[in-house]
Amino acid sequence: MNTNRAGSDRWISLLFILPSIIAIAIFVYGFISWTGYVSFSNWNTLTPDFSFAGLQNYAFLLQDYRFQSGMRNTLFFTIFFIFGVLFMGFMLATFIDSNIKQEWFFRNVFLFPMALSFVVTGVVWQWLLNPSTGVNILFAMLGFDSVPAWYTSTTIAFGFPVGSIEFGLPVAMLSVVIAAVWQMTGFSLAMYLAGLRAIPDEIKEAARMDGATEFQIYRKVIFPMLLPITVSIVIIMGHMSLKIFDLIYAMTGSGANFVTDVPGVYMFETTFRANFFANGAAIAMIMLALVAVIMVPYLISARKGES
Amino acid sequence: MKKSLWLSVIFGSLVFTAACGGEEMNSIDPDAEDPADAEETNEGNEANEANNEASGDGEELEIFSWWTGAGEEAGLLAIIDLFEEENPDVEVVNAAVAGGAGTNAQAVLASRMQGNDPPGTFQIHGGAALNTGWVEAGRMEPVTDIYEEEEWMDKFPEDLIDMVTTDDEIYSVPVNIHRSNVVFYNTGIFEEHGLEAPTTFDEFYEVADELEEAGVTPLALGDRESWTSLHLLETVMLGVLGPEGYNDLWTGDLAFDSPEFEEVIDEFDRMLDYINDDHAARNWQDAAQMVAEGDAAMNIMGDWAAGYFATDLGLEPNEDFGWAATPDTEGMFMVVTDNFGLPSGVDNPETVKDFLRFLGSVEAQDTFNPLKGSIPARVDADPEEYNEYGQSTIEDFQEAVLTPSLAHNSAAPAGFVSQADQAVNVFVSSRDKEQVIQSLQQAQDDNIE
Repeated sequence: MNTNRAGSDRWISLLFILPSIIAIAIFVYGFISWTGYVSFSNWNTLTPDFSFAGLQNYAFLLQDYRFQSGMRNTLFFTIFFIFGVLFMGFMLATFIDSNIKQEWFFRNVFLFPMALSFVVTGVVWQWLLNPSTGVNILFAMLGFDSVPAWYTSTTIAFGFPVGSIEFGLPVAMLSVVIAAVWQMTGFSLAMYLAGLRAIPDEIKEAARMDGATEFQIYRKVIFPMLLPITVSIVIIMGHMSLKIFDLIYAMTGSGANFVTDVPGVYMFETTFRANFFANGAAIAMIMLALVAVIMVPYLISARKGES
Repeated sequence: MKKSLWLSVIFGSLVFTAACGGEEMNSIDPDAEDPADAEETNEGNEANEANNEASGDGEELEIFSWWTGAGEEAGLLAIIDLFEEENPDVEVVNAAVAGGAGTNAQAVLASRMQGNDPPGTFQIHGGAALNTGWVEAGRMEPVTDIYEEEEWMDKFPEDLIDMVTTDDEIYSVPVNIHRSNVVFYNTGIFEEHGLEAPTTFDEFYEVADELEEAGVTPLALGDRESWTSLHLLETVMLGVLGPEGYNDLWTGDLAFDSPEFEEVIDEFDRMLDYINDDHAARNWQDAAQMVAEGDAAMNIMGDWAAGYFATDLGLEPNEDFGWAATPDTEGMFMVVTDNFGLPSGVDNPETVKDFLRFLGSVEAQDTFNPLKGSIPARVDADPEEYNEYGQSTIEDFQEAVLTPSLAHNSAAPAGFVSQADQAVNVFVSSRDKEQVIQSLQQAQDDNIE
C-alpha cells in the first residue's frame, strides 16, 4: 500500500514536469544541436546546403579581422564591466548600509536603471556620449580644449599586433562599459546590501573588541563573508557580457574599425545581411562555448555544495 | 543567518531574471535610434495583429517591406488605399518591419521563407539581391507573362528589365528608382564662397580645399552604419572606372588588385581627407542634416536624401540645396530600385499578380513616388507630379547609362557586399590601401565566380 502510494506520486510528479522537459528538449537542446549541425555545413547563401564543410566556418572566423576584433572587445568589456559593477555596487551598498536617512530613496534611485532595457540605456547613452552633442558640450563650456571622442575613438590603448588585428584596450569600449555599469550596478547593490545586512553585528563587534581596525574588519571579516555573493554576481554578469547584443546594437553599432563590435552583433549581421547562415551558426556555437566555460564549473560546484 | 543570506541571493536572482525577461520583450523593438522609429514599429506590430485577426479570409494580401520612414510609409499606405478601392474584396495587410536599413526585415523574411510561410509579396532591391538571392534559391515564380499581357517591355528601360531577369524570365516589378551617385550641397555656402558644384575629381578637391581654408567641413559622412562609406566608394568606382569597368568587377573580368582599381582607392583615400571628425557617431540623416544646417558643404548620398531635405526638413530644391552627379559620373545613373515579386507557394497567386499589375501601372507609380521622394521606374509616367529635383532626375534617368548599386545589394551577391562593407569600414580608420585591396580581392574570389 505504502510503496504503491509512493509509486503513483512519482508518476504524477513526472507527469507534471514532462511538458517542460519536452519543451526544453526541443526548444533549447534541439535547437542548440541544430545550430551546431548548421555550423558544420556549407549553408552560406539563401539556398540551404547541408553538405559537410568540416571546420571551414570556424577556420574562417578565427582568421577574420572582424571576429578577432569582436573577441578582443568582448574580453575587455567583460573585465571592465564586471569590475565596475562589483566596485560601484559594493560602494553604494556600504553607503546605504551606513544608517543614512532616506535609505529607501537612495535604494530606489540606484535600483531604478535596472528597470530599463538595454535598448533604452543604449539610446540614452548614445546621445550623452555623442562627441559633438553630448556631455562634451558641458566640457567645452567648462573650458576644456580637447574633449574625449567617446565611442567614436579608434584608439587601441597599449596595443600590439596579434593575428590580423591590433590587440589592446579599445578606448571606445569604455563608453559602452559606462552605460552597462550604470544599468547593472543596481543588481550588485541589491545583492551586496542583502549580504551586508546578513552579517551579524556581533561578529564585527567581536573583531573591534580584539582591536581590529576598520580596514582589517573589511578585509578579514566582511569581504570573506561576501565571497559567495561576489561569485554569484561575477557569474551572472559574466555570462551577460559575453552574450551582449542589444546595448551595442542600440548604442554604437559595430563602430569604426570594429572597435565596439561584439560576436552577437556580427552573428546577426553576417546571418541576415550576408546570408552566411553557417558562419552565423559557428559564431553562436563559439559564444555558447565561452559561456559554458564560465557556467559549467559554477553549476558543478553548486551541485557539490548541495549534496 | 546563513539561510537569510541565501534567500536574499535567490530573491535577487529572481528580480534579475524578471528584469531580463522584460529586456527581451523590449529588444524585439528592432531599432530605437529615434523616437519616430519606435512609433512606427508599434504600427508594424499592430499590422501583424491585424493579420492574425483577419486570417481565414481567402482574399487577403500581405505586403512585406521595410518602408516605415516618413515619406515611404505615406507612399505605401496611399497605394494600399488605392488598390483596396479598386479591389474591394481584397484586404491588404501591411507587414512592414522597421530598422537596420532593412536588415531586420530581411531577418524576418528569411525565417518566413525558410519556414514555407512566404508573405504575399515582398520588397527587394532589383539586381543581385533578387537574382542571386531568392531567385537562385528557387523560391520565386517568374512574372514574365504579366509583362507580356500588360505590354510593359517598352514601358521600363531595357537596362532595368535586364537587372530583374534571370535565364530569360522576369522575376519582379520595379516600383521606383533612386539615384545613388548624387552629391548634394548647401547652396548658401557655395554662393558665399563663390563656388560651383564640382563635376570632376580635380574640381572636387579644389572646391574642398577652398572650403577647408574657409573653415567649413567640405564633405559630410555618417558611417555609424557602414554602408554609407561603401556607398561613397561605389560612386568613386563608377567615376574612375566608368560603367563598363564598374560592371566588369561583378563578373570577375576586372580584378580588385588591378592597377585600375588601385586608382579608385587612391581617389577614395583622398576624398576621406575632407570628411567630418564625428562621422562614426552619425547616420546618413545626421550627415545630410549637417549640409542642411550649413555645418558641412557637401554630402554624397542616394537621392532619398533629397526626399529627406524636401519632406522632413522643408527645404526648397535649388534654393536651399543643390545637386550634381558625383565626380566624373555625368551621364551615368547608379540605380537603386525597389521591386516586388511573386514568392513560390503563396495561397492566392492570382491576387498577388493583380497587385503586381497594379504596382506596375502609371497610376500606382505616380501615387507612390512623389510621396516617397523617388522617381517612377516607368518611362511614361507624368513628370508634373514631381518636384524640381524629381523632374531633373526623370530626365537624367531616360538618357543616362544605368548601373546597379553595390552598396544597396544590386551589383553583387549579399556575401560580397557584406565583406566589402567590412573591408571599407576598416579602411576609413586604418587608411591601409594594401589591406583593403587584398580584402576586396578575397571577397571577389569567395563570392563571384
